[in-house]
Amino acid sequence: MSDTILLAHGSGGKMAHRLIEEVILSDLSNRVLARMDDSAVLDLSGRTAFTTDSYVVSPIFFPGGDIGKLAVCGTTNDLAMSGADPLYLSLSFIIEEGFPISDLKRILSSIRNTAREAGVQIVTGDTKVVNRGNVDKLYINTAGIGKIPSGANISGANIAPGDKVILSGSIGDHGIAIMSKREGLHFSTELESDCAPLSGLVADMIATGARIHALRDPTRGGLATTLNELSDQSGVKIMIEEEKIPVRDEVLGACEMLGFDPLYVANEGKLVAFVAPEDAESVIAAMRKNKYGAQATIIGQVEQTENPCVVMKTVLGASRLIDMLVGDLLPRIC
Amino acid sequence: MKYASEFRDNRLARGLIAKIERSSRTPVKFMEFCGSHTVAIFRYGIRQVLPETVTTLSGPGCPICVTANVDLDKAIALARIPNVIMTSFGDVLRVPGSYTSLQAVRAEGADVRVIYSAMDALKIAADNPAKQVVLLGIGFETTTPTIAAAILQAKQESLTNFSVLSWHKLSPPAMKALLDSGDVALDGLICPGHVSIITGSQAWEFIARDYGIPCVVAGFEPLDILQCVDMLVTQVEKKEARVEIAYSRGVQREGNTVAQKLVDMVFEPCPAQWRGMGTIPASGLKLRPEYSMFDAEEIFDIDPGPTREPAGCICGEVLRGVSTPLDCPLFGKVCHPENPVGACMVSSEGSCFTYYLYGGKNE
Amino acid sequence: MCVAIPGLIKSIDGSLAQVEIGGITQTANLQLCPQAKVGDYVIVHTGYAINTLDQQEAKETLELFEAIARVAQEEN
Repeated sequence: MSDTILLAHGSGGKMAHRLIEEVILSDLSNRVLARMDDSAVLDLSGRTAFTTDSYVVSPIFFPGGDIGKLAVCGTTNDLAMSGADPLYLSLSFIIEEGFPISDLKRILSSIRNTAREAGVQIVTGDTKVVNRGNVDKLYINTAGIGKIPSGANISGANIAPGDKVILSGSIGDHGIAIMSKREGLHFSTELESDCAPLSGLVADMIATGARIHALRDPTRGGLATTLNELSDQSGVKIMIEEEKIPVRDEVLGACEMLGFDPLYVANEGKLVAFVAPEDAESVIAAMRKNKYGAQATIIGQVEQTENPCVVMKTVLGASRLIDMLVGDLLPRIC
Repeated sequence: MKYASEFRDNRLARGLIAKIERSSRTPVKFMEFCGSHTVAIFRYGIRQVLPETVTTLSGPGCPICVTANVDLDKAIALARIPNVIMTSFGDVLRVPGSYTSLQAVRAEGADVRVIYSAMDALKIAADNPAKQVVLLGIGFETTTPTIAAAILQAKQESLTNFSVLSWHKLSPPAMKALLDSGDVALDGLICPGHVSIITGSQAWEFIARDYGIPCVVAGFEPLDILQCVDMLVTQVEKKEARVEIAYSRGVQREGNTVAQKLVDMVFEPCPAQWRGMGTIPASGLKLRPEYSMFDAEEIFDIDPGPTREPAGCICGEVLRGVSTPLDCPLFGKVCHPENPVGACMVSSEGSCFTYYLYGGKNE
Repeated sequence: MCVAIPGLIKSIDGSLAQVEIGGITQTANLQLCPQAKVGDYVIVHTGYAINTLDQQEAKETLELFEAIARVAQEEN
């Protein structure tokens, strides 16, 4: 086999079969996938969650992860945010010709490890190869299916006045870790992306029997954007306190330098939970026992309102509205 | 973060607020010249914690906001010239000119790149010898020396494919024009801290002396701004008008003389057009003739076409402090950050954007 | 105006310094601030140090704030 991906690897012919068998299946095989039929046949019953996402991150390898890990975490986390236990994933690659097969193997091994940790099986997939320049190295799409445990009723629309807002850890780690590797930005840091599968953490939270009303992972657009989506969905006012939101020094430094607000920087391994006030402590205790929730803390609470909004109490004790991200995060002079 | 976090302390802030409450008797209106001050004031909710006697008012100190459409159109026309790589700070990309924006022409295929530093533009020029790399030189006294340093470095490295489109502006002449217009009556000026690092606090002495307005140079942390307000209130109550510094860890009276010399070597004052304020004599900076080989206006034949101003937009009045964004019929309705009509809604330190983002609209 | 932030100079190579800002290390050009040396704090704007930070002044300012805060507390 050649060292790089060629157009013929996506042709459906012999080279495509060899690529799938020798590179992809060798890493991912399971009973459903091994059947090699045109579609995966699954036994499903009860309430089922289904989601899809595409991954186009640049650079594809970054401190704390790579595009493969992200493709598994992103989709299984979306399932977990509905309270679902992730079961199955699809995995589609769009690869630029000339992409090193060794890099593809690295990505596949990271997909395998992350899928194992998230407890999900990859049951169907596809590989396309396109001309140089038509994609940037490699894009991945995953779709996921998960089973919702009986009794769980978790939705962005279920937030109730009085709920406590719990954040699982520090914000902005993923966005800044990625930016530190982008060409043209002159900073370096030991900071790693927080990219992580959160289904185990969510399972631990649900197992407490607490009344968890809503869960969401604040990815692109950051915590501020996620809270705004939720306040709109549930028609509530979300009050948070600036001083209670954990931000690592690395993230703070990079944000100050580039003129960003950490509230708008992406996360890939964090969640916010809206929990009935009496249950908040038990949820936090359960979260702190999990490595992905060790820093879990209450950052605010929910109030009734006519005008859904997100309000933050600043370090001076004043309050200000928090809006969604507008446009892109771009370095600025003023 | 050292020398930043300490100046955000809640307990110390409460002390300063109490002191201001104790000493402020006369109702006063202070203007913060600088857009970054406007942002800090909103971001930390400083207006809410000041006594009712103290009102703060946003000034024209946002370089993006005051850039006239004719200049934006020039940059957009330049970016459309084949073989040109336009390099710009992120702030400028979304600002609409008469017809379109740099962001939109980039989507059409123009090579527009966001840079963090003037050094990046030099590197892009060195890496792309077959292309013409234009650096959009925008900003007040703080940023201008970095562009001057880049031009000098380009000369030293004999770069022949690098040039600057200078939109640089000077803040004291704008403040003077604003005061001369008689549009606003001010009881004090919150002077820009990072501009003053370069110019020195001396740049504001004419305002205290000729206009009798107390001036205090402020940093950008909440305690810096509170200290500045306290010093201004004290001057007002004592009926004094002098220049003081509430940012003594960064600013001295003389300023950064090395930077001043570099700027003077490369640039000379010229009349400049300001959005909302018209043409102000000796308020802009253009490259000196000795550096014309780095002057994009000299190198390229730029035809921006006729200029057009958006109907109904009152950015000009907002920049002069005559109106607030809330007075604009377009604010929050037609004009919002996703669909900005005027520059003040685009720039991250524009008054309209700040009002919108930080909830000034609910005040 | 303008985004600028203090950082600690860790090393200098020619006109470029490595500056620690929070938990990150950033390259800063010292052309506008040639007097800066390792161990100094500089105020960095778009990759250029625009001034050294006067640590003594910072200390005195914070002491002044402490004194003001004490007065306020006593009055309460």
